[in-house]
Amino acid sequence: MSNSLTFRAALLSLIFLVITLGIWEAMNQAPQKTEAMSEYELLMGGADQEARVPPPSAVLKLAYSELSNPFYDAGPNDKGIGIQLAYSLYRVLAGFFLAALIAIPLGFLIGMSPLMHKALNPFIQVLRPISPLAWMPLALFVIKDSEASSIFVIFICSIWPMLINTAFGVSNVRDDWINVARTHELTPFKTAVLVILPAAAPTILTGMRISIGIAWLVIVAAEMLVGGTGIGYYVWNEWNNLDLSSVIFSILMIGMVGMLLDLALSSISRWVEYQE
Amino acid sequence: MSSKKYFVEVDSLAKRYPSKEGELTVFENANFGIEKGEFVCIIGHSGCGKSTILNVLAGLDSATDGGVIMNGKEVSGPSLERGVIFQNYSLLPWRSALKNITFGVQARFPQWSKDKVIEHSLKFLELVGLQGVEHRKPSQLSGGMRQRVSIARAFATQPQLLLMDEPFGALDALTRGVIQEELLKIWNETHQTVFMITHDVDEAILLADRILLMTNGPYARIAESVKVSIPRPRERNTIIHHPAYYKIRNHLVDFLVSRSKELSGNNTDNEGMQSSEFKPVEVDPAEGIAAEPVQINSEGVAVPA
Repeated sequence: MSNSLTFRAALLSLIFLVITLGIWEAMNQAPQKTEAMSEYELLMGGADQEARVPPPSAVLKLAYSELSNPFYDAGPNDKGIGIQLAYSLYRVLAGFFLAALIAIPLGFLIGMSPLMHKALNPFIQVLRPISPLAWMPLALFVIKDSEASSIFVIFICSIWPMLINTAFGVSNVRDDWINVARTHELTPFKTAVLVILPAAAPTILTGMRISIGIAWLVIVAAEMLVGGTGIGYYVWNEWNNLDLSSVIFSILMIGMVGMLLDLALSSISRWVEYQE
Repeated sequence: MSSKKYFVEVDSLAKRYPSKEGELTVFENANFGIEKGEFVCIIGHSGCGKSTILNVLAGLDSATDGGVIMNGKEVSGPSLERGVIFQNYSLLPWRSALKNITFGVQARFPQWSKDKVIEHSLKFLELVGLQGVEHRKPSQLSGGMRQRVSIARAFATQPQLLLMDEPFGALDALTRGVIQEELLKIWNETHQTVFMITHDVDEAILLADRILLMTNGPYARIAESVKVSIPRPRERNTIIHHPAYYKIRNHLVDFLVSRSKELSGNNTDNEGMQSSEFKPVEVDPAEGIAAEPVQINSEGVAVPA
């Protein structure tokens, strides 16, 4: 039953894809000219004055050539899609892990101590809603390095979901389990490692999953701002080159990589999940 | 009760909570003792503070007045010397049945090698009849099996006092009966000192040497200490035929239905009485009967002659 459901769903997805691509392809064909083009028209690149979104066939053709050589490097304005994605991934992962390094211990502290929770909560509530890009000018001024600044922006946007989820998970560990630790005379450190961490791990992982999703959203915008390298810069650069096929291709690649990041974290969270 | 020293001594225990109309006294003047190797049950209506007494004994809660002395030392916090079995099993759901037991054993005997810890834990899993499911997670076990794991964990840590808070309350009647017998079996082997809360009169008679009866709260107190003079080993299917059984049972039910209300603290006048002077009345409802000859059948079980 579930097998046939999967099969039918896949079939339906395929039909939707074909219809969407078909409409997109059909609506964006350059009109056929019956008469020969004038010299002016040839100069302007065709008879049609109206700009058109490239059809999927053009995007696919570009995708094929880009993906068959993703790591070429022909100067600052012409790098392969693989190199650009690698830059972005490096920044996202660096900022994300730095944030985890701070958010998880701090979340433990906030979750275990009502005093710290009350004391730090106002800061969190004010800092959390700030768009991470608003930090960019300040980061550039203080750090004086665009690379480190974009990592900082990722750091600041991914810290909040992890911090809040860790604190929530830790403070909601069932009293029974804490009592088990107490009646077994566990030290506070052992209680944290043997009871609280595994009990809160699914909630912490959910926070990490939200964080990496946000980080991947933010890196594109951050790289558009600071430029140089990365997938965000690539999109903006291709827009400046008026190469819309590349823009669409990179949009799809952003989606693919974002999905893979999410899949990676969801498979990690399966390791720590438990059923009550 | 004279100046005799018990293994566990509960002295003038009281729990009060601040409320709008001053203080709310849940229970007071709780004085009783538990001897080493004794199985004591406590019965009372909801809200009389049984669980609070148990948690104070465990060191998980603190009393407003009075104190508990175990083995000459005051109870001031949780300790491995006092094992606790909770009604909701309190197993760690991310650990397998075996790992839940090794958790306790490792905490109790940190100097033991890994193999010894596992061997010891497996022995107790076997005692509760759970060989073969040691690698299952609690969520893959039935309620009865989970409580068995919990019992095995408590016995494996070999505490000096075992506290059980309605351990079978969440189980269906059939499962409960089976686990009661298993508990009796382990208890017969270990003679563990046990203090147990229950709502089930039959369960208390089957398991206990002595049953403490609490009056209703607020101002609850331990009014009676009922001796269960039915010889051991006891079995569920034969104990009900013992001549003392219904004497004791009727006494308990009668207390729970009527006297628990009449004797409630705010109905009795004990002005000017020192709280430590208030002792539960010792009762032996089957006095004389138990002394009558009983036949011991082939399985070593006492049945009426």
